[in-house]
Amino acid sequence: MEMIPELYIVIPLLGAFLIPVIGHFVKGFQKIFATLITLSLIIYSVWYFISGTEGQVVTMIGGWEAVKAVPIAIYLVMDGLSAFIILVISLISFLSTFYALGYMKRYTAENNFYALLCLMIAGMNGVVLSGDIFNLYVFLEISVIASYALVAFGTEKKELEASFKYQVLGGIASLLILLSVGLLYWQTGTLNMADIAHVLSDKGQSNALIFTEVLLIVGFGLKAAMIPFHAWLPDAHSSAPSPISAMLSGVLIKAIGIYALFRLFFNVFSLNEGMSVVLLVLGTLSMVIGGLLALGQWDMKRLLAYSSISQMGYVVVGLGIGMYLLIDGGSVAIATLAIAGGLFHLINHAVLKGLLFLNAGAVEYMTGTRDMKELGGLSKIMPLTSGSSLSASLAISGVPPFNGFFSKLLIIIAAIKGEFYLIAALAVVMNFVTMGYFLRFQKEIFYTKEKPAMKLLNPRLPFSMKFSMVTMVLLSLLLSLLVFPAFREIVLSPAVDVLIGTSDYTTKIIGV
Amino acid sequence: MTVYIMCFILFLVGLYGVLTRRNLIKIVIGLSVMEFSCFLFLALIGYIDNGLAPILKAGEEFPKYVDPLPQAMVLTAIVIGLATTAMLLAIAIRIYKKYGTFDIRKVNELKG
Amino acid sequence: MSGMTLIVKKVTQMIGGLIFMYGLYIITHGHLTPGGGFAGGAILAGAMILLILAFGSGVVNLRKEEAQTSISESIALLIILLLALAGFLLASRVFFNNYLPQGQIGELISAGVIPLYNIFIGMEVAAALLTIFLGLVIYKEEIAS
Repeated sequence: MEMIPELYIVIPLLGAFLIPVIGHFVKGFQKIFATLITLSLIIYSVWYFISGTEGQVVTMIGGWEAVKAVPIAIYLVMDGLSAFIILVISLISFLSTFYALGYMKRYTAENNFYALLCLMIAGMNGVVLSGDIFNLYVFLEISVIASYALVAFGTEKKELEASFKYQVLGGIASLLILLSVGLLYWQTGTLNMADIAHVLSDKGQSNALIFTEVLLIVGFGLKAAMIPFHAWLPDAHSSAPSPISAMLSGVLIKAIGIYALFRLFFNVFSLNEGMSVVLLVLGTLSMVIGGLLALGQWDMKRLLAYSSISQMGYVVVGLGIGMYLLIDGGSVAIATLAIAGGLFHLINHAVLKGLLFLNAGAVEYMTGTRDMKELGGLSKIMPLTSGSSLSASLAISGVPPFNGFFSKLLIIIAAIKGEFYLIAALAVVMNFVTMGYFLRFQKEIFYTKEKPAMKLLNPRLPFSMKFSMVTMVLLSLLLSLLVFPAFREIVLSPAVDVLIGTSDYTTKIIGV
Repeated sequence: MTVYIMCFILFLVGLYGVLTRRNLIKIVIGLSVMEFSCFLFLALIGYIDNGLAPILKAGEEFPKYVDPLPQAMVLTAIVIGLATTAMLLAIAIRIYKKYGTFDIRKVNELKG
Repeated sequence: MSGMTLIVKKVTQMIGGLIFMYGLYIITHGHLTPGGGFAGGAILAGAMILLILAFGSGVVNLRKEEAQTSISESIALLIILLLALAGFLLASRVFFNNYLPQGQIGELISAGVIPLYNIFIGMEVAAALLTIFLGLVIYKEEIAS
């Protein structure tokens, strides 16, 4: 049977609208239903890889065929890169939903929580699958508005202030993206991404095009939290409830920030040396400044949020090196290495940062505080949480044989071979800084003596929280197998090939 | 060309409102003014000289119409702007209840 | 919140029904004249909000009304998704297929399944705007008391 990409959007949307209706009459319905929906999304996304679908799956909404080789319908395109990111979204969303079954018992209005979560998942799947630039903006707004409501879910003082800051900055970014969609339509006369690539390859560079590209870097860079557009991230990710922090930091900034930016710059715009230098500079700044700002934090989740900025800098540096080397005359082999390292680090960071945020949530559930100065000696009371947190901290600091080591090694080797010696040196130094603040994170929470002011709120963790954390540890150990060629061919190589073959995207969709 | 420059001036007026006003509601109004300038810019892109409004009548001849695609984009974007403004106002009135003030210099508990 | 003066109440009684009918006209003629689901739904919601503003908030039971509009919004959206899925299952395998017979350009009953989409989108937008308005009124009464 062939793949139907619309189901990735329709299944969570049905869930988001059935849950308020039936949950009003039947209690406890929303938990079972949300779990079933996310589980079915995982099965369907893994099936793309197992069934061996080659190339792209293109559907046209409404069945309107292209008229004289000009596409007029809304296209949904599922190729290797989209399937890779949908796999990441499905895994993290299922584990977060299962964790939330136990964590969200102390909030009222649980109905709305699961409905908003399903709406956010539907929006993210739509962004990744869309083949049309205005549709990408609409799905991006759906998922981002759902996330504004989820950050403010507990309606405490700090959560409301963090949500307001997030909304104003995110609103300005969305406006800049809308403005650049309008400017692109003005220059090319079409909204389909493959058709825009075809028209722009004939026209060449112009000042208006460079202005549009800069607006897009600012707009999507704010969604991906690169320096200097990062001001909303520490507040929003530390004030949200823990399963939502795991989803936001693990999936949302990747699916709507990094994916959209690199899909547009590799496949739609022709490769440009100035833009790749700008992206490399922004990535290096994020890597360095994010790590240095995390050294002085005493709030658990704020430290993890600043660390997210730093690791996103690694991914942008990896993909930026690949973009710089692909401009005519560079070596394709080193570019492949760099892009593979960047994408591998993306999936590693999603799993590891999700696990760290779930651990922080478990600590907060037991003790009621997030300040590291008041915690200590929890390794005896919570052995599962401390063990999983130790493995995640070692993995994200680049210790072999965990998966973080392999992805950072690929990026550093590609930087050295491509003669970016400054970037490679900074990457190695920031790796040791990362190890520094994560070891302090472990020591302050789990291994020092118990402070007298700390008291326990609950005797035990619920089963659902323990299950999610153990599954994520097993996933992170399985992911280090992606380096071997047998697994790499199935999962990682199709994604890398889509980005390397920059104009193959156009030829496969509209055949020009 | 002057109409596009006036759209840009309206965008800058809205941006000035977001950056310099202290009241939370005035920040929301500034963001709304910025959004309206974007809608105006999008609708003006599709204008063709001496074109009619794109409404089909029964009959066979089709005169020269203005481009209808940016008008569809603006309709969708207006609904998205409505949702964003409603979300912002709901959070703003809850901040008023918890903090007791609309002044943005006093709403600063999250630091560092 | 209290209502307004006698003149406002009398005029609202006279023209409230006319505004409602105008909203329905714009929704159902969405494939012939400009308008369609969104604009017509906003006018429908405007008629009901005008009634609540003119007569005060004592005229409806706020919490029960908000629960009803919230559920009717979700039901309208589910019917839209079911219509799209019906296009997938019955006719050829694409979503949003136009599978009812299409008549002439310019007649009222033409253009396949588009008028049905317009009607349900209008219902959904009106219910959503009413839910937002009622939520804000309920919160204001909680603060004031």
